Amino acid sequence: MAAEDDFLEVRQPPWRAATRRLLHHRLFLLGLILFGMVAIVAILAPWIAPQDPNKLAMRFKFRPPDRDFLFGTDNFGRSLWSRVIWGARLSMLIGSSVVLINAVCGTAIGAAAGYFRQIDNVLMRVNDALMAFPAVLLAIAVTAVLGPSVNDVIIALGIVYTPRTARIVRSSVIVLREMDYVQAAVAAGAGHWRILRRHILPNALAPLIVQLSFLFAYAVLTEATLSFLGVGAVPPTPTWGNIMAEGRQYMIDAPWIIAIPGLALMMTVLGLNLLGDGLRDVLDPRLRVQS
Amino acid sequence: MSLLEVRDLTTVFRTGRGEVTAVEDISFDLAEGEVLGIVGESGSGKSVTALTIMGLLPRPTARIRSGAIRFGGEDLTRLPESRMQRIRGPGIAMVFQEPMTSLNPVFSIGDQIMETIRAHEPLSPRAAFSRAVAMLEKVGIASAATRMADYPHQLSGGQRQRVMLAIALVCRPRVLIADEPTTALDVTIQAQILDLLLDLRDELGMAIILITHNMGVIAETADRVLVMYAGRIAEEAPVAGLFDAPLHPYTNGLLECVPSLTEDRARLVAIPGTLPEAHRRPPGCRYAPRCPLAAADCGHGLPPLRALVPGHRAACLRIAPS
Repeated sequence: MAAEDDFLEVRQPPWRAATRRLLHHRLFLLGLILFGMVAIVAILAPWIAPQDPNKLAMRFKFRPPDRDFLFGTDNFGRSLWSRVIWGARLSMLIGSSVVLINAVCGTAIGAAAGYFRQIDNVLMRVNDALMAFPAVLLAIAVTAVLGPSVNDVIIALGIVYTPRTARIVRSSVIVLREMDYVQAAVAAGAGHWRILRRHILPNALAPLIVQLSFLFAYAVLTEATLSFLGVGAVPPTPTWGNIMAEGRQYMIDAPWIIAIPGLALMMTVLGLNLLGDGLRDVLDPRLRVQS
Repeated sequence: MSLLEVRDLTTVFRTGRGEVTAVEDISFDLAEGEVLGIVGESGSGKSVTALTIMGLLPRPTARIRSGAIRFGGEDLTRLPESRMQRIRGPGIAMVFQEPMTSLNPVFSIGDQIMETIRAHEPLSPRAAFSRAVAMLEKVGIASAATRMADYPHQLSGGQRQRVMLAIALVCRPRVLIADEPTTALDVTIQAQILDLLLDLRDELGMAIILITHNMGVIAETADRVLVMYAGRIAEEAPVAGLFDAPLHPYTNGLLECVPSLTEDRARLVAIPGTLPEAHRRPPGCRYAPRCPLAAADCGHGLPPLRALVPGHRAACLRIAPS
């Protein structure tokens, strides 16, 4: 009976080995720390932001970083520390929402195209058409149609990046559907849904996870670009792109306004890219041999 | 009343050169508890026959042009996919040639056996677990209950083939199709797996279609043999009749290729020439270009499969009925 309980309840999760290897990967850990700091700050924003990020206080304007204002103030006297913290919250919200949309829609489209070859052509040509546009341009076009709120930016970025995820999932699925164990499962009476859910998608997960970690970085970066260009969430919403756009005019006299959100952005994207590299090294053994 | 009846089965593949016949006019019966061996060279249509029966032909490249496969009162060639799914497993199951890649690497073997059980029968996890353990013990995996949590990479090739057998047999199929189940294994393991197959046949009362190109495997395990050449049945006989008195010149040629320990032969005799490609088959008897007995009339029309000795059929014009 002991073996039965072991098997049914307290089995070692298969990712335990991968977790152990990840924790020995130095750059992955560095990425985890960088991204983790941003994520924690973002989650705790309402409690750790000392001032209201949108509260105007003209008498404090252009204060360089000091004891009262950790990161200084902007042209309206708003606390940059508070604004950057709330900006982090928005970036994380947008990044994770876009990743979620991609994980669901990209996987569904990619799996459908790779598995049911009859609809492959239709799905992939639409995909190609979407991928032919530069990401920022397509995002601008979509926000122009939808509107400039945070939700619309999330939808726009979801539309922009889903085709890329779908492609990656599709290529894995095409390889996996020809595997012997898939045919063996069909011969044992498994239907399409079971084949996809149990035999194909779990094996396609590794490249997808790696892709999604990079995608998070792209989404954060593109969102900042959109706000900076004035087509993202409207001011005074404290996004990093908005803060940088406003700080751009005072770059000579008050360089901290543009530098601090820029550094936050760099830290997030660098952290995510290191995370993605580490995940790829650990999850894709074929690439690990070379490095 | 036989368990499985295949009648005039013809399977074609669509290729760049038009439709090519992979399997043509195959007819045979499989009785309960019988082991039917199918032998032939690579490309003779053995595996396509198996895939056709299982309904696993690659679509839309391949299709059944004509014929019937009767099993349990139904014609499998006419069943919708959803019904076919319920037959695969509890009705007809299959084990493949490559045990190294026929298991899903991301699930434990226990998961994979239990998945198959629960796909066909509404059992609780606990009931499925004990059934899976019992099956693993039956196929000869030691300390089965603890090995349930093992992943495929932790098993040897022979053990994996045993697990594949367990997956195929766990729903107690009435027919097991084994497509070269021992080709990828060591000779000692081969013998173990074949013995196991026969033991399980006796224990579970199923019929087996054993596909191989190894005459030795056939001699040891089969009750009846189907010799295939270029997509057609060349000869069909009980195993003793085939080895003692082969009728078709192709079967003769195959047997002369088998090394013998008792006879003193300096060299093995190879059959001259190669299997004709499927789109470039000769008119008339397909074996004629390589056949030592071929005469002019062999080039006109396909030789019919005739019962030349009771229970022993061959498709050859040169052999007279006795």
